[in-house]
Amino acid sequence: MIWWKCSILFQSVSIDRWFNAGLRLGATVAALIMALILLFLLLESWPALQHIPLMRFVTDDAWHPLEDRYNLLPMVTGTLYASSGSLLLVIPLGIASALFMAFYASPRMSMLYRRLIELLAGIPSVVFGFWGLTTVVPLINQWQPPGASLLTAILILTLMILPTLVLTSYAALIAVPDEYLRSAAALGLSRWGMIYGVVLPAARQGIVAGILLAAGRAVGETMAVLMVAGNVVQHADSLFAPIRTLTANIALEMAYAMGDHRAVLFVSGLLLLLLVMILTTMAGWFGKEHHGE
Amino acid sequence: MRFLRRFVWVTIGVLMLTGLSAVSIASSHKLVLTGSSTIAPLAVELGRRFESLHPGMRVDVQTGGSARGINDTRKGIADIGMVSRAMKADEQDLQAVTIALDGIGIIVHASNPVAALTRQQIADIFTGKITNWHEVGGKDARITVVNKAEGRSTLELFLAYFQLKNSEIRPHIVIGDNQQGIKTVSGNPHAIGYVSIGAAEYDAQRGVPLKLLPLDSVAASVVNLRNGDYPLSRPLNLVTRMTPTALAKRFIDFARSEQAYDLVEMQYFIPVSVD
Repeated sequence: MIWWKCSILFQSVSIDRWFNAGLRLGATVAALIMALILLFLLLESWPALQHIPLMRFVTDDAWHPLEDRYNLLPMVTGTLYASSGSLLLVIPLGIASALFMAFYASPRMSMLYRRLIELLAGIPSVVFGFWGLTTVVPLINQWQPPGASLLTAILILTLMILPTLVLTSYAALIAVPDEYLRSAAALGLSRWGMIYGVVLPAARQGIVAGILLAAGRAVGETMAVLMVAGNVVQHADSLFAPIRTLTANIALEMAYAMGDHRAVLFVSGLLLLLLVMILTTMAGWFGKEHHGE
Repeated sequence: MRFLRRFVWVTIGVLMLTGLSAVSIASSHKLVLTGSSTIAPLAVELGRRFESLHPGMRVDVQTGGSARGINDTRKGIADIGMVSRAMKADEQDLQAVTIALDGIGIIVHASNPVAALTRQQIADIFTGKITNWHEVGGKDARITVVNKAEGRSTLELFLAYFQLKNSEIRPHIVIGDNQQGIKTVSGNPHAIGYVSIGAAEYDAQRGVPLKLLPLDSVAASVVNLRNGDYPLSRPLNLVTRMTPTALAKRFIDFARSEQAYDLVEMQYFIPVSVD
């Protein structure tokens, strides 16, 4: 009897230990991959960082890496304009769609709508880019040449990140406990009063996380933007001006870049990582602030 | 614990074995190619097929520009150098074999009434001195200039021919590969761009609304490129020392043979006929 108990006890401790070790290993590998990416980027960009002063990446007069001019700033603004423009469109659109699915549509309609959005999420980015290049760009070209522009990039990005936000917001909305809704109904709140006063505040964290995910995808999207944005290195002075994003720059030039040119492209990769890190930190702040309320 | 220790030893053993086998492959027959980044993608494909035809062989391709190809071949670091231009007078100590031709065609939309442009007009359009099609005999519409991204070989050849610097060009759209250029110009009736002739001719024959403009009154076609009449072109050479190794010679013969034509055409180059 005692022996039997002991054996069970022994076994469970050993399994625990193995499980613990496995988890630690998994976590370490995940963290190590991130560290290795950073290390790799630093290593590859080191030849350029060594003899090109950092200031030159923002003070040079243009981006012509083969003529020793390395201004990355227009591409930073290009990335920021395109992704914040699409976020501006996506946030109201996405939250409205999620609210419609959760509270206004009939169950059948809601299901159908969700399938549709999931389908949108499954379309590869290159298909969006191709459609943009052959349909949207010529359309805008008839109105404001050359067509490939900041506006096209924003429109295509909006379509691409919409499902991310809709699906995460929807998940956050239906995760709001039923008691909250019943209590709100018992207090005699209207449907909109309940959504505005109870559901949205309760689901805020989930929605913010969804916005962050969408923003991350907008900043990192490459192929679709490369095909529709025009890729001219300049600060956009209007919605119809072509722009180049950091990711598009790397994809366009990496294949044939050598020496300093190649190293500078890795510097722009570092910059992109920095941008995403700032974004994550900002979202962390947001989350905390509202959590404390 | 004992099991864990055994597991670790087995893992180390497996790692060592795979490492050893990698070393033993590397020490067998190996061919090193260095040089032009224009030829490199083709050389990688050629190498892959060569390896499958000759098991145990390894073809290693490294880029670094035509100049590196020349240098490495002279020093014996590389078996074969890749040089994407005609050989210079002081390079007669090396043996060059042309494996393919590369040419660039100026393309506009098929509906564009402009039939030809002079060299000066093309340079003026790309540098932003001419901004409307009616200045060169076309419709009254703003010209959309489509340029290639920095570092691309087509851009280099284009700039060299028109004696321009990339910073002088005022583009409205910057593209990456040939296909993107063709899609952009065929979707914009007022655009002008340039791509590899092989790619443009292939698509134009298959109904894509695209027109290749003649250059110096020579029609831009694969035929004119092959017989040497078309001016905006260059040979793609593989160079070796005067007495190439047997292996290098076999690779170059393979690259020029009909077995490799489809690979050459896949990169939008024009194979040279050996007969």
